[in-house]
Parts: sequence; structure tokens; C-alpha cells
Amino acid sequence: MPDRFPSPFEVVTPTGAEGWEELYGYSTVFSEDRRELEESMFWFMDGVHTPEAIEPWDATVLDFALTFLGQYTTRHYVIPPALGVDIRYLNGHMYLSPVPVTDPAEIEARVPEFAERAGHYFANWSTLYDAWMDKIKGVIAELEAIDFQPLPHREDMSVITEGRGIGSGQLMMFEYDKLVQLTAKLWAHHFEFLNLGYAAYLDFFGFCKQLWPSIPDQAIAKMVAGIEVDLFRPDEELKKLAQLAVELGVGERISGVAADTLAAMDGDEAGKQWAAAWDEAHHPWFNFSSGSGFYHSDKVWAEYPDIPMGFIASYVAALGRGESLARPIEAIEAERDRIVAEYSELIDDDENRATFDGKLGLARVVFPYVENHNFYVEHWGMSQVWGKMRQLGQLLTDAGFFGTADDIFLLRRNEVPDAIFDYFHGWAVGIPSRGPAYWGREIPRRQAIMQALRSWSAPPALGVPPEVITEPFSVMLWGVTSDSVKAWLGGSDNPDGTLSGFAASPGVAEGPARVILGAEGISELQEGEILVAPLTAPSWAPVFGKIAATVTDVGGIMSHAAIVCREYGLPAVTGTAFATKNIKTGQRLSVDGNTGQVTVLD
Amino acid sequence: MAQQHIAWFDRHDPALEPHLGGKNTSLGILTMAGLPVPAGFAVSAEAYRRTLGETGLASALATLVSGVDVEDGDALASAASEARDLVTGTPLPQWLVDQVDDAYATLSQRRGQSDLPVAVRSSATCEDQPDASFAGEHDTYLWVRSSDRVREHLVRCWASLYTERAIWYRRQMHYAEDDVAMSVGVQQMVMPRTSGVAFTLNPLNGDRSQIAIDASWGLGEAVVSGAVTPDNFLVDKVMGTITSRVVSDKTVEHVLDGADRVVEREVEAERRTAPSISDDEIRAVAALARRAEKHYGRPQDVEWAIDPALPPGENVVLLQSRPETVWSRRKREVPEAAADTFSSIVHNLLHPSGTQTVHLH
Repeated sequence: MPDRFPSPFEVVTPTGAEGWEELYGYSTVFSEDRRELEESMFWFMDGVHTPEAIEPWDATVLDFALTFLGQYTTRHYVIPPALGVDIRYLNGHMYLSPVPVTDPAEIEARVPEFAERAGHYFANWSTLYDAWMDKIKGVIAELEAIDFQPLPHREDMSVITEGRGIGSGQLMMFEYDKLVQLTAKLWAHHFEFLNLGYAAYLDFFGFCKQLWPSIPDQAIAKMVAGIEVDLFRPDEELKKLAQLAVELGVGERISGVAADTLAAMDGDEAGKQWAAAWDEAHHPWFNFSSGSGFYHSDKVWAEYPDIPMGFIASYVAALGRGESLARPIEAIEAERDRIVAEYSELIDDDENRATFDGKLGLARVVFPYVENHNFYVEHWGMSQVWGKMRQLGQLLTDAGFFGTADDIFLLRRNEVPDAIFDYFHGWAVGIPSRGPAYWGREIPRRQAIMQALRSWSAPPALGVPPEVITEPFSVMLWGVTSDSVKAWLGGSDNPDGTLSGFAASPGVAEGPARVILGAEGISELQEGEILVAPLTAPSWAPVFGKIAATVTDVGGIMSHAAIVCREYGLPAVTGTAFATKNIKTGQRLSVDGNTGQVTVLD
Repeated sequence: MAQQHIAWFDRHDPALEPHLGGKNTSLGILTMAGLPVPAGFAVSAEAYRRTLGETGLASALATLVSGVDVEDGDALASAASEARDLVTGTPLPQWLVDQVDDAYATLSQRRGQSDLPVAVRSSATCEDQPDASFAGEHDTYLWVRSSDRVREHLVRCWASLYTERAIWYRRQMHYAEDDVAMSVGVQQMVMPRTSGVAFTLNPLNGDRSQIAIDASWGLGEAVVSGAVTPDNFLVDKVMGTITSRVVSDKTVEHVLDGADRVVEREVEAERRTAPSISDDEIRAVAALARRAEKHYGRPQDVEWAIDPALPPGENVVLLQSRPETVWSRRKREVPEAAADTFSSIVHNLLHPSGTQTVHLH
């Protein structure tokens, strides 16, 4: 087994992708200027959020997210053992390198600062969380108000009569600047609470492991997990719509095609009542991405209503078979209380029991944020960001700059103002813009580069791994552990037909595999199959009603697949690294969610 | 009518406990608690004392044993051998023969089988040391059939008080010779497909949330004696999940041969590395161990067996339950910093927990 991954400087550019470096910021690509430093660091690919090649504008989100994460740990809260998480793009794929504080004296010196700063947030969590909710909703409202309109033949007369002085060209420039600013605010607020929330969770987790070294991770997660969580609401809305359709007797009109369904509903009062409820659910719950929210290509329900409508159709069918869609809230609550009570009963001294109660209490206070931020930032907020960018892309397409609206994502965020300026400039001066010719050449060139990057097989990591992974955010946020690094080094060969990962949701199941690489494939899943995917997204929730188990390449015990499978009582093994590579659709699998083992049976 | 010296497990009377020894007391208590213990009865230690008194054995044994120098191996061996011969060579009084035969016949009748196979087990008592542990000091006889054989092994159990090791042990523990007596358990014999032991904590780290199960083919003697490396499982008490499983190469098993004798034999190749217990059975064993622990209110060390004659779901029986003594006396050590949220958050940030810190090279 090799003991290191390729150096970033050994990696060759795939044929046809020459020049890819220009598509990303100069500070976020490997370079001779910092070679010695960059070669001394260990880099892993973020398969949880960004398993695929990243288009230039989409890198904005990653640049912001990772930089702001670093700002919070390094400059706001002074997390004792951790600085930021560095980011590089290599052949279009994102690699991360968490930067630890290694000097024990420095770690020690950071502790009081951390206690004071993070302490303020922990002590005032509820007040600050309420304020956070207002802030994030404010940012989203501002995003929703962003509007890009084609520049008019003449400024409106009111611009003259009101003596505004500022015209449509300037406003378009400002509007884009505002969009970038609001995207930055979205991601700043994303990390305002996140790592503190994880830290409190990890504290409870660590205490449980001290009391009971062999306690399953999932037991700890179950003690903390919220039951009525905003992240589950979109799926709940679909179930309610299915239930309503059955009650109104209009269930059979629902098909996987939203337009047909709505046309069929238009004929009578019952149908109209259902269509009104469908419209009602849209805001905000259909601002829900079928992916991680990090790619502009992730399909949002509001823009692809066939996706939610298809899920409703399958729920209606389930109701027709006499199945219940309702989550047994009371039973889930009772089970959570039983688990807490029984573990608590195992503690034989009062002091430890009081500590257990205190830590569980804090973890439960902070955890709703950890679960809910995802809906507000990745889903609702980012749906708006991508939608507004697409509006601008369409405008520039109409102006002849691009072939389609999505071409705008082939521009870096700092190139977009140049394109707007070009459009503005031509309009203002009254001459043709250069854009149609310039981008007419450049877009196809970039498309070819992206095509070449997409077919590149990215190594899971780069450089020499540390002997032991102890950097807390690698473990907490990305589930990168010494074990996973070892598995990556071992490669994808599994002579005995087994894979191991996190025992993420208990139970054992056997069934045929269905390998699904993205949201567009989930409709292929058949009853009783085992879902094998790189990762799952919240919007896949409706398929969990028919599958037998889930296996993912990436993610830990708190990943989406783990949370949802525990909800549905399905076995899940997450973070196997190679499941989608090694398993073929149709192979029979045995999935043991108690031990984290997946066995290919034939 | 002679005083009754038979104590049925399912009519256990706590007042008799001083005369039943640890093992028989425990079987009585567990039976009364509704746990699936094979049916049986104890011959109380009073029967032993009365017999010794009536037959004059008591003074003969005292003379023989009390004077011996236990550090003198030859003297000890000859005294022990002579004492055992005295015990086994003395006929039982008729009142005891009647009581034992009657009880054995009743047991056989209750289980619907004449000459019911039983296990005959020693359960020593010590008047001044009610908690004295004689674990493994005295004999157990398996697959005993017919009343003659039951009585023969009853006497052998009595005689096992006079092995060299038992005499030496009492002297080491400063137990007076006449304080020690022998109760004997007669219990329906299970010829298990699989058997083993279970601890209601993880013996490796004292984790009270886990039940550790050792399982191997055949009778439990192979596991208890260490003749095989058993399959090993950990079950989480609260979640009911099997958190660890190690299936071992189980080379031998203890089973009956054609002549009703318990023998050790090699396990055929295909069963050696196959799990000796199903997941449902693992959970059933864990549930049983948990019930025993809850009943006693402290960690237990139990012996169990899977009786192939019983239907799945009811086929796990409890043979023994003793208090676990190693970890349950220790307090769980948790770093002092744990109670202080900030110190422990910092601690956890510095040392991400669990299995995550595994060395690579």
C-alpha cells in the first residue's frame, strides 16, 4: 500500500483542459510561488459537497464558504487547535486542507479567548439564534428582490422628472454587486453558529464515549436529533399535498408532469382547491435543491415542478396501497426519551449524570441550528442566487453574448462585471458591444475545458497524509479520519467483495443494488432496491419510502443519508469511499447498518 | 415423616438460602423471577450435614483432614483420597434415598420423560461466609440418567469437598472445616446446539452499555474451560444493536457420544468458522442477560444455552447468573474537565474522540 497521494505538482492536466487555471482565482490554484508550502500540506477532495468539477462562477460559493469558515475559527471565535481550511482547485476539482494550530503553548493561549468569545454565543444562544433567523430571512428577502432587466431604449421619463441622475446601466452594475454581497452575507451567516453547534454536539458525543466506549454513534445522534425540523418540511408538504389529493378525490389526476396535473385540476372546485394548496406550499418550501445546493445545475423544485409532483404521485400511490405517510412523531419522541432514560440509568453516580444532562441539554439547544441552517442557506438562499444569476445570464444571452443563460456560470465572478460593463458600454455609447464576438469564442473554449475536466478521475487526496488525523474540522465536518485516509490509500480493490463505512443507521438488509450518481437518476429506483450513491440530498426524501437500505461514498454519522435512514428505520452505511465505483446496478448486496459492512453477494 | 431436604427451584424459599449455596440459590431466584431456567431442585446442605452426623462420617472426616499439613503434597493427597473414599463408600440413609428418588421421579414426570437426563451440580455453602465464592472448586456432572446414577453423583459432589484443591483452598481462606457443607442441584439437562457466557458489561473496558457474549458449539464447558476460542459479540443494551462481532475458528465442541457420555470432539470444517449463533439468538441472549441484571440490580456474568428442542424465540435458556466482580466495583473514571463545558469542548477539539484516531503506519 502506498503511504502518500500524488503531489499536486505531479498531477497532469487532462488533454483538452489546457488553460483551466484561468477559470479560477489566482490565489486558489497551486502555483510555484507557494510550492514548498503547498507540498507540505495534506489535501483531500470534498466529496460531501462538491464531488464533481466546478464551473468558474460556482467557485464563488466555495471561495466564500471556506474563507468565511476560516474567518470564524481563526478571527472570531479563536478555536484553540484550528485555523482555517485552505482551498485549491486542481483540474476543476476542489481540494481542502484544514490548518491546525500545532504549538501547544499557542493552543493554550487561545483557550481563554475562545471561552470568552464562543462563551458569549453559547450563553446567549436562543436570543442570538432568533436574531440569526431574522438576519437570514432578511438576506433572502433582499435576494428575492434582486432584478436584472434589459437596458431600455430610453430611460423612463420619471428618471428625468424626479431628477434621479442614476440610470439603468449603473443600476445593473449595482444589482450584480449587491447579488455578490448578499451571497457573501448568506455564507457568513451560514458559519456564524455552525462550528459552535458542532463543537457542543461533539462535546456531548465525547462524554458519551467516555462513559460508554462502545456506544453506537447513532445512539448519540438519536438522543440529540430534533424531531420537527425545517429541513424536513419540504417533504412534509408533499405528503400533506398527497393526503389532501386523496381526501378531495383528485389523486388520480396527479402524474409526474406538473403542467398536465395542474391542467387536470382546473376543471372543478376540488381540483382548484388542491391547486391552491400546491401554490401555497411553494413559498418557501419549494426553494429546495435536488443536490447539495453548491452547483448551479442542482435542480430546484420551484423551477422543476415535475420533481415534487412526481414525488406526490408516488405518495398518492402509497396511500392507495393503504400505507401511512405520517411520521409517527409521538412514537419517535417516545423512542428518543426511552434511549435517553436507559443510558442515563446506566450512569452510577450523580455527578456524571448531572454532567450528562447538562451536555445533552446544550447539544439539544444548539442542534436545531445545525439541522436547519441547511434549508435557509443551501436551499432557499442559494436557489435565489442561482435563479438571479440565470436571469442575468438570460439577459446577456438575449443581448447576443451567450448561447444559453447557463453560460454565465462559465465566467468567474470578477469577469461578470466586465461583461455587464461591455453590455452597458455599447448601450450607452450606441455602438455594438464586443461581448457577442468575445464570449462567442470564449464560451465554447471553456465548455471544452469543463468537458475534459469532468471526465478526469480526481484522486481522493493529494500529498502526504499526517500520521494521525486529529484536526477537529476534518473529522467533524468532512468525516475525514485516519481510517478513511487509509482506505483511500488502499485503493478501490476489494478482493473479498466487502466495503466498510460508518454504521450510520441500524438494521440489516439484502437486495439488488441501484447505483444512482445524481438526482436525475432517482426515478429509476424500484421497490426493495438498495440505493448506492455518492451521497444523498434532502430532496431525495420521497425515495426512502421504497428502498431497502442506503450505501454512500461519502459522509458520516450526521450526513443526510444517515439522518433520513434513521428516520425511516432503514439500514445505512455511509462514507464507504468506493461504493459507486465497486458496485454495479443489479448486484445483490447485504448491508449491515449495525457494523458498517457492505457485502457484494454475487 | 422425615424433614424435607428437597428445595424446588420454582418454589424457592429465601429462608432456605443459607442451606442451598450460591449456585442453587441463584437458580431458585432466577426461576421465581420468571427467567427461563431449566426445571430442577436442590438437595439442601442440611441433608449433607444430617447424613454426616447420622453415619459418623463427620467425626471421621474431621480427624482425617484437620490434622493434615496442606503444604505437604503427599500427605494432602493421601488424606484427600481417603476422605473421598469415606464419603463415596458410605451408603445414604434411607430417608434421603427416598426424598431424592421421589424428587427425581417427579421431575422426570413433569418433563414427560422417564429417566430424565439431568445435570448434577455442586453448590457449596459456608456458614460464616455467605458470599464465599467456590467457583470452579467443585464438581458438576452432566447427562446423568436414572435415580441410582443421580444419587451416585450426589455423593460424588459431596466428595468433591475433599479434593486436594478444595481442602487447600479452605485452609487458605481460613474457613473452618465444619462450616463448609454441600448442597447439590439436580436440573433438567439441556443438550444445546450452542452455549456460552454473557457479561452485562464489556469486560475489556467496563462499558456498562454493552453486553458481551461468548458463544460456541455444543455444551458450555468448552467455553468455560477455555478449550475453544468462542465467537464473540457485543450488543448495545439500549439500542439492541450488535456493535461488534468476531466469529472464531471453533476447533472442538463438547457433545454426547453414542453411549450417553459427554466427550470433546473436533468440529467439522464447515461449522468451525460459521457463526454458532444467529443474530436473533444473540439478541435473545442479550435480553436474557439484561433481565438477570435488572433483577439483581448489578452487572451479571451469566451462562446460557440454546436448546434445539425448544421453538425459536423461546430456545435460549439461562443456566447460571453470578454478579460480575471486576468492573462493577470500580467507579467509571471521567476526566475532571468533562463536567466543565468549555474545558471539555476544548478537550474534544484537541482530541476528536472514538475510533477516529487510528495510526496509519
